[in-house]
Amino acid sequence: MSWITKTLTSSIGRKLIMSVTGLFLCTFLVVHLVGNLQLFKHDGGAAFNAYSHFMGTNPIIRTIEWGLVLGFGFHIYEAWALYRRNKAARGHGYAQWKAEQNSEWTSRNMSLLGTIILIFLIVHLYNFFWRARFAGDLPKMGGADPLTSDYDNLYLAVVSSFQLWWYVALYVAAQISLGYHLWHGFRSGFQTLGLNHRKYMPLIKYAGYVFSVVVAAGFASMPLYFFLFTNERGDVVSNAPAFLQSVASAF
Amino acid sequence: MAGSNPNAKPMNLTLNVWRQPNRNTEGQMVKYNVKDISPEMSFLEMLDVLNEDLLHAGKDPVAFDHDCREGICGSCDLFINGRSHGPEKGTTTCQLHMRKFSDGDTITIEPWRANAFPVNKDLSVDRSAFDRIIQAGGYISVNTGGVPDGNEIPVPKEIADRAFEAATCIACGACVAACKNASAMLFVSAKVSQLALLPQGHAERKTRVENMVAQMDKEGFGACSNIGSCAAECPVGISLENIAILNREYIAAKATSNNLA
Repeated sequence: MSWITKTLTSSIGRKLIMSVTGLFLCTFLVVHLVGNLQLFKHDGGAAFNAYSHFMGTNPIIRTIEWGLVLGFGFHIYEAWALYRRNKAARGHGYAQWKAEQNSEWTSRNMSLLGTIILIFLIVHLYNFFWRARFAGDLPKMGGADPLTSDYDNLYLAVVSSFQLWWYVALYVAAQISLGYHLWHGFRSGFQTLGLNHRKYMPLIKYAGYVFSVVVAAGFASMPLYFFLFTNERGDVVSNAPAFLQSVASAF
Repeated sequence: MAGSNPNAKPMNLTLNVWRQPNRNTEGQMVKYNVKDISPEMSFLEMLDVLNEDLLHAGKDPVAFDHDCREGICGSCDLFINGRSHGPEKGTTTCQLHMRKFSDGDTITIEPWRANAFPVNKDLSVDRSAFDRIIQAGGYISVNTGGVPDGNEIPVPKEIADRAFEAATCIACGACVAACKNASAMLFVSAKVSQLALLPQGHAERKTRVENMVAQMDKEGFGACSNIGSCAAECPVGISLENIAILNREYIAAKATSNNLA
């Protein structure tokens, strides 16, 4: 093995990869969340579909997408490698173990939370990414505009999926897991990089808490909104709160 | 005198103790009753009472590690009621007193659990993995010759204090025992940062951290996931900041040292 592979397969090296990929995936979450906010625009999905068409066809985005695949791949692989190493390091377990008295639940259950997120990710990618990119069975937007009529109507696929209670439940559960995962992961990523300074660590810690709540609540708001307040085409239903009716009619 | 203190009433306790005849035989939890334990006793003195009872009954006493019994040497190492060195913060087992327990309590006593710390017998574990990590680089090489003048090498007070804080690690292994991953990183980080902070440690700075981490991995300790159980259970309060220093030192050494191995 060269010094590079030796370094990256050492205990600290593997942590380093977890940290770098984890923080990179945090930036992805921001982009994904901000882009998806266009689902809330009451335009029958025009903005969201144009955005997803751009994301699916732009050569620069498609190139960066490989970075994302590698980011997820390494994060998941290293998690598995570290989990096995750490399990083996304990060996014989304790008869009594009171870890709840000395540490947070989230920090001890990152692999459980990560596994829930992974299951969600597979369902999520299959239902939206796979269908849009490879299966090609999504409905088209149609309409008079020749530029956009051929675009996939991903909006319709998203909104109609979010009418299923179990699908919404999976999404919300996954976002709660993601929130807890980030609650520990954000700060932990900085600590692993050696970025722990008494001036900045409190800031990083609370920024991480805000980040995890905003990201989890932001993503969870989408399935909940469409499940509770719209029909399968994304039109606000008549029994939705009055302010949503007025927002919707403004478009 | 003892009667005047309501808390000093002798206690009767049930102990669940890990018994294991030797390294290669599987052990088990065994239940014992101890009577008339004074709240003023230390935890180890309570075990001495148990052992005396066992000896009088012609049975094999419980083996456990201890030496100075003053909280300094780092020899004692019991996992008590699911915690390293028991429930008291900033305390070694020898400095844990029975007044922290109540009459009728059941106390579970186990050895440190880590693959790198094999059980010698009962509650006594082999922590020589720590010695080998220190031998890999936890020292400074000093050539013989004249004694250097005092204060010849200036060390700022703040740096000296931080190095001293790291140097207070007594290598008891509570961090490994408390860690979900049985990671030794708090121990290694205390040794690495202590020497990295001081000018005397700079000469071997890169090889030290490279070799110590390599030995730590070779011994089979887990990797840190920044949980913080170790620092919470550390009897001398070594902080997680040291692990950040260890990570920094390791990454910087690996990126810049001339060592291609």
